Amino acid sequence: MKELSNSVAIVGVDESDEMGTLPHVSQLSLHLQAIHNAVTDAGLKVSDIDGIFTAGQHSPALLGEALGITPRYVDGTTVGGCSFIMMVGHAVAALHHGLCDVAVISHGESGRSGTGVTRNRDTSLSGQFEMPYGFGGAPTYFGMITNRHMYEYGTTLENWADVAVSTRAWAGLNPKAKFRDPITVQDVLDSPPLFYPFNLLNICLVTDAGGAVVLTRADRAKDCAKKPVYVRGAGEGTEHTLVTNMTDIPHSKATALSGNKAFEMAGVTHSDFDHIMLYDAFTSGPPMMLESLGFCKPGEGVTFFEDGKSTPGGTLPINTNGGGLSYTHSGMYGIFPIIEAVRQQRGECGDRQVPGAKLSLVNGMGGMLSAAGTIVLSHER
Amino acid sequence: METELQRPLPTPMTPEAMPYWDGLREGKLMLPKCGDCDTPFFFPRIICPHCHSRNIGWMQASGKGTLYSFQIAYRALNPHFKIPPPYVLAMVELEEGPRIMSNLINIEADPAVVKIGMAVEVVYEKQTDEVTIPLFQPAS
Ligand SMILES: [Zn+2]
Repeated sequence: MKELSNSVAIVGVDESDEMGTLPHVSQLSLHLQAIHNAVTDAGLKVSDIDGIFTAGQHSPALLGEALGITPRYVDGTTVGGCSFIMMVGHAVAALHHGLCDVAVISHGESGRSGTGVTRNRDTSLSGQFEMPYGFGGAPTYFGMITNRHMYEYGTTLENWADVAVSTRAWAGLNPKAKFRDPITVQDVLDSPPLFYPFNLLNICLVTDAGGAVVLTRADRAKDCAKKPVYVRGAGEGTEHTLVTNMTDIPHSKATALSGNKAFEMAGVTHSDFDHIMLYDAFTSGPPMMLESLGFCKPGEGVTFFEDGKSTPGGTLPINTNGGGLSYTHSGMYGIFPIIEAVRQQRGECGDRQVPGAKLSLVNGMGGMLSAAGTIVLSHER
Repeated sequence: METELQRPLPTPMTPEAMPYWDGLREGKLMLPKCGDCDTPFFFPRIICPHCHSRNIGWMQASGKGTLYSFQIAYRALNPHFKIPPPYVLAMVELEEGPRIMSNLINIEADPAVVKIGMAVEVVYEKQTDEVTIPLFQPAS
């Protein structure tokens, strides 16, 4: 993939018209709003799209049908919320080889209202080996990994609370964030206990939202409306679906694999990044991701949040949109950190702009660190 | 009159897992085990995740293990799970190696009491004529 570095740019990004509690908007409409908005952001037309990438309940064929186009390349990889991050790599390969010319990666999820949603899921394994014991829903699994981290490294509830506080501080600077009032470590510790070690403020929002990202080859990107943001590196990996089969808890093999591949393709190392977006379905996620990505030793990911590096004005801003914890989280969150990284690289972020941001990392998980995608983005080639 | 079920039961029970469910009805915790590399694993499947052999047999586990990790549930997410919270969601590492999910019972559901690494042992709880499930309690 090294020769594909910088060959493709992200030229359009946007969310659905609204995000939050939207019982009057179907899941399909969230997709279509986001696609239309992102294509417009790029200065392109829906009819320019010839590659459709999407994860979740709606197939790329349905999105093509709904848009009234006949894509010549489709990708429906669905391995959890990071699927959209992985698809950036897939789109780079497809665009580079001419399998399509304008790719859109789309997410729409009526995660809160369930409007236009079929909730049937494959439960053959979980139904036999987890659900009889009261498992069901991410908060009853991710806490297993988190509690093991606390056992191995002596991390504390206060450490996880630091992540919520830092992320909320960023949300306060993002007009699109759902929760913007500052919170303290004590607020997190005092919030209602749900699934130890998680209180309410350790767990992401549940919203209705869509998002889309438009990509094209670098030569064509110059003709688009906004400053191109180049895909310098991309990597992915998967390990398990059941947490019991995650071999080296809390170390994520999928995360490490995806990061190593992306960094190698981009020709960058950890200290090169000045902006980081990590998938924060839970407060413990970002520190563990930093560890699995090799930014620090196992157990030390929490120091990025403890000592203020991650917060507004800090030396390594993390989750500058306010994250899944405070901005939006529809279920498969992975499209949104990409959108934020592109806006940071364009310099569009107003009060929360990271001054002179040159290199963004986007890393996300699918399931319970079961799958992972990492991309490296820059406005410089 | 049937008593009301307290837990969501497996639907479907998959064919490759039937020796596990059959064993539980007889008070045995059965694990799939590779006939070539001799390694037990979980969940039941038709190929060995270690050496990829399709020569899969079964072994009876001791029922002993350690608490690998846990959570305390202060509410239920599944409406079919009717045991009143708080209760302990448990990941048990069996003596034979594989990890399984269960509940830790006969202990106070309090993070100050439940400890990762504690020795645990299986207890069987009959749900229906077809379904018995393995729960765990602190080892005697
Ligand atoms: Zn084997």
